[in-house]
Amino acid sequence: MNTLLDIKGLTVAMAGLGRPILDEVSLAVHDGEAVALVGESGSGKSVTARTALGLFPGGATVSGSVVVGGTEVVAAGPGDLRRVRTSVASMIFQDPRAGVNPVRRIGDFLTEPLRRIQGRSKAEATAQALELLGAVGMPDPPRHLRQFPHELSGGMLQRVMIAYALTADPRLLLCDEPTTALDVTTQAEIMAILGRLRRDRGLGILLITHDLDLAASVCDRVYVMYAGRIMEAAPSAALTSVPRHPYTRGLLGSAPPLTGPMPRLAPIPGAPLGLAEAVSGCPFAARCAHVVPGLCDATTPTLERHGDSQVACLRAAELIDETQGEGLR
Amino acid sequence: MSTPLLDVTGLCKTYGTNVAVSDLSFTLPAGGSLGLVGESGSGKTTTARMLIGLERPDRGQILVKGEPLAAASRLARAKAVQIVFQDPYLSLDPRLTIRAALDDVLRLHRHPDRAARVTELLDQVGLGAREAAAKPRGLSGGQRQRAAIARALAVEPDVLVLDEAVSALDVSIQAQVLNVLADIRRETGIGIVFVSHDLAVVRYLCDEALVLHRGVVVERGAIEALLTDPQDPYTRLLISSVPHAGWSPEEISEQRRALQQRS
Repeated sequence: MNTLLDIKGLTVAMAGLGRPILDEVSLAVHDGEAVALVGESGSGKSVTARTALGLFPGGATVSGSVVVGGTEVVAAGPGDLRRVRTSVASMIFQDPRAGVNPVRRIGDFLTEPLRRIQGRSKAEATAQALELLGAVGMPDPPRHLRQFPHELSGGMLQRVMIAYALTADPRLLLCDEPTTALDVTTQAEIMAILGRLRRDRGLGILLITHDLDLAASVCDRVYVMYAGRIMEAAPSAALTSVPRHPYTRGLLGSAPPLTGPMPRLAPIPGAPLGLAEAVSGCPFAARCAHVVPGLCDATTPTLERHGDSQVACLRAAELIDETQGEGLR
Repeated sequence: MSTPLLDVTGLCKTYGTNVAVSDLSFTLPAGGSLGLVGESGSGKTTTARMLIGLERPDRGQILVKGEPLAAASRLARAKAVQIVFQDPYLSLDPRLTIRAALDDVLRLHRHPDRAARVTELLDQVGLGAREAAAKPRGLSGGQRQRAAIARALAVEPDVLVLDEAVSALDVSIQAQVLNVLADIRRETGIGIVFVSHDLAVVRYLCDEALVLHRGVVVERGAIEALLTDPQDPYTRLLISSVPHAGWSPEEISEQRRALQQRS
């Protein structure tokens, strides 16, 4: 299997912060695979996705490796970066309205990269824009080419953004909270489109989301991130049926269920770690119910394999025995 | 039967040619909790704004404990219904500490023992001395939302309207705030109108729910019955849109298109 995105030991740090923005992050996306990166605000999930395009925070110290379609982008020159961004990886964002020029028509927006970057003629670019709008399920492509962004709903405009991302004919699509600003029923539409693109074009997808249930239901594998570190990586089914990291369990226990018994929620105490706060040992230790003083705040756990999952928890092995039979989600 | 906390009949609101809310009626019994569920454009926020008097209904009436809301004085209206919005950053005064913001409300309403009430409120929403002395920008999203809830509760309103009040919070923080709201409901018996697109969250906090679609109530009932045996196709679509194991976005898209073609 061909690895589209291979991040290894990536650390991104900036002077004046208490902890690194990303700390030893390793993550891979293979051809045609859908992978989710789940975390709360400030966990570093968006920063991680952006590194795949060679976008690092200004003034940051970067170590480790990010290989995208065979090209190393850490410390890459402008030529390599341009090649990655125009032919390997594309990105869509949460708010489609922020990424589009409101005074230009959809047709101009879509044909510009096709003509200027991919070097198509005007007629070819228009034909391809029509095809792409069809591929993302827009009902009337010729009419949409003449429309302005304000004439389209958020869900429709997000499809236009996906079509725009596809103008580069990428092999990897980075989706940063693509449905967070949309209605729930529209979310399903966008997910259906991404699923179809993945099937038809063999696109690899990295889905950044805060919604663990969404991630597990549409992706093959899920990475759970907290305070710049990967806490757990597992196939979707394993993650939701046997969550091994206390943080993953906390996230699952924080969302009220739609069916079945409705117990009082057991939220994770405290708040996610800010960038200004220094960490020693496990970054989740301060909020963890299973913390052992002297152990968890002294040693930083690395990802270890337990069953189908990889878990960064010093007590993962004992906790699994402890919670067996308790009927945890 | 005792007078309901809220008795809303035939509420209508149009903006130009757009019908935001059409002939909406519901009652909220004492200590009740009602969910208004819908997506953007369903009229749920317009309804919330009419309930606190930020919008004037074109037609229809809102009775709070049997008295028309429209006829009440400003302070009386504030004591009848309070609201918490989605983004507390925009609803809290950035120049005031949380303690001062709470104190201000109490002074306006001539509360006899302000200091004690402020302490009580902070305790109720789980904020400590540090947070009380901070300005909104010194607080996290969850803490700001707790402060906004404390401010709304300050005058002991009959009804608390929560307009997507937990939607912008991280899941772990959302769960904390939901528990705060559940406790407040149990302890004070305040009536709650909970506006949300999230069915699971509505289920956690509400006994009953209305499902709104393009300004019209398509279904209403006890939340458990609504979720287990939905009658309206739109309610069914909303429920199946929530991601779960074995979820098929393709099927839901088809369901959605079928619904759109029918209307």
